[in-house]
Amino acid sequence: MIQMHDVWKMYPNGVSAVNGISIHIKQGEFVYIVGASGAGKSTFIKMIYREEQPTQGDIMVGNWNLATMKESQIPLLRRSIGVVFQDFKLLPSMTVFENIAFAMEVLEAGKSTIRRSVMDVLDIVRLKNKARFLPHELSGGEQQRVSIARAIVNNPSVVICDEPTGNLDPETSWEIMHLLEEINDRGTTILMATHNKDIVNTMRKRVIAIDNGRISRDDVRGGYRYES
Amino acid sequence: MTFASVSAVTVMLLVVGAFLMLILNINHFADELEADVEIRVFVDREAEASDQDDLGDDISSLTAVEAVDYIPREEGLDTFIDGMGDEAEYFENLREENPLNDVFVVQASEPQQTEQVAEEIDRMDMVDNTEYGQQVFEQLFAATDFVRVVGLILILGLLFTAVFLIANTIKLTIIARKKEIQIMKLVGATNAFIRWPFFIEGLLLGVLGSLLPIVLLTYGYQRFYDAVSGAAQLEFFTFLPPESLLWQTALLLVSVGAVVGVWGSLMSVRKFLKT
Repeated sequence: MIQMHDVWKMYPNGVSAVNGISIHIKQGEFVYIVGASGAGKSTFIKMIYREEQPTQGDIMVGNWNLATMKESQIPLLRRSIGVVFQDFKLLPSMTVFENIAFAMEVLEAGKSTIRRSVMDVLDIVRLKNKARFLPHELSGGEQQRVSIARAIVNNPSVVICDEPTGNLDPETSWEIMHLLEEINDRGTTILMATHNKDIVNTMRKRVIAIDNGRISRDDVRGGYRYES
Repeated sequence: MTFASVSAVTVMLLVVGAFLMLILNINHFADELEADVEIRVFVDREAEASDQDDLGDDISSLTAVEAVDYIPREEGLDTFIDGMGDEAEYFENLREENPLNDVFVVQASEPQQTEQVAEEIDRMDMVDNTEYGQQVFEQLFAATDFVRVVGLILILGLLFTAVFLIANTIKLTIIARKKEIQIMKLVGATNAFIRWPFFIEGLLLGVLGSLLPIVLLTYGYQRFYDAVSGAAQLEFFTFLPPESLLWQTALLLVSVGAVVGVWGSLMSVRKFLKT
């Protein structure tokens, strides 16, 4: 599903964020990415949906070779990837329904298809009764569920989460985690960067620890510990 | 779409349109004056009738000559005496020994060729003298050319200012929608999909911005034209009739508005579409 081979990333300002990473993540896996702030987690994640390009090395996502793909193909890659952020990134002037439908309108889907799919994902994240609410009328956890619904509405094969529980209290964080696990059970690959020790230690999954731009540890059922 | 962008286009196009009308009228004025420039060829008084015919043919055969008019000295004298009005009688005795020359009035096909044509005719046989108001003529060309160049530079300068202003105001609306664009890109929108609303916005903005200037200029010019043509208009200065001028200006302003709007919006959206 996701393969990296000797990937390096050096920013124009001279910071080298990723220093020779090679990994292989299979379809359907649930993977935590842990590491201190500035360790290179964000760069690692951004390279998968090609927000950033590696300075050197090969990245394969699904059937896409990110090094050789054309600029015009990036939208196609992004349609197979759902992304969830710490700050939700919802449009404040749109209702819950519209925020999710927005992701499908971009693909020029038909009105009835959009309606059906949006109600389906709202059902999955259990927010069907709040479809007409505006983001600011929702709690943080609810907003994050809307952003998860938006990430999965186009049936991506992988969902990337960049600290999805970073702004949430422990209880709400668990709701989100159970939701992600549910989505993972349907066969979607989940990649989650996190600082949440409790979650990583309790919900045991594969853990990739990044330190100083390198993989310091890759455990099939690891705990939260990036100082090796 | 912001009020600011539309008013920026409106103000710019208003000024551009006003200048355009001024320049078109000055051009028209210059053309009229230039068309009036003629060469008077005074024929040698010794010339026989056949010599005069030859001279007339020679002048007509010049490629740069548009029209040749022959005024026999008797006719010239009649015109002169008639022009004296009450004092005409004192000049009646001139008829006994007409002091005038026969004259060819020559019009060059291009006003700029007048001087050259005059010189060529001057070298012909049986030509006593040529006159075409050299001094006035050169000053006139210098003046009208100057006005045209200055006007063109002004219009171009204003257009660039307009594009710059529109690009900037649209950039503001884009920054306001930056988050929206970011999310669109994240969920896999193509650049074309993201771009077209801004394309439409720029187009609308430019066209909307051109409406008020067109209305104001049409109304203003019509009023102005009616006022000056009602009053005793100076004989040597006529204004362009509103119909054709206003159509031209309106069409130009709408297209300039549209082009400037679209260009400005695409310019400012481009930078947000990278990766």
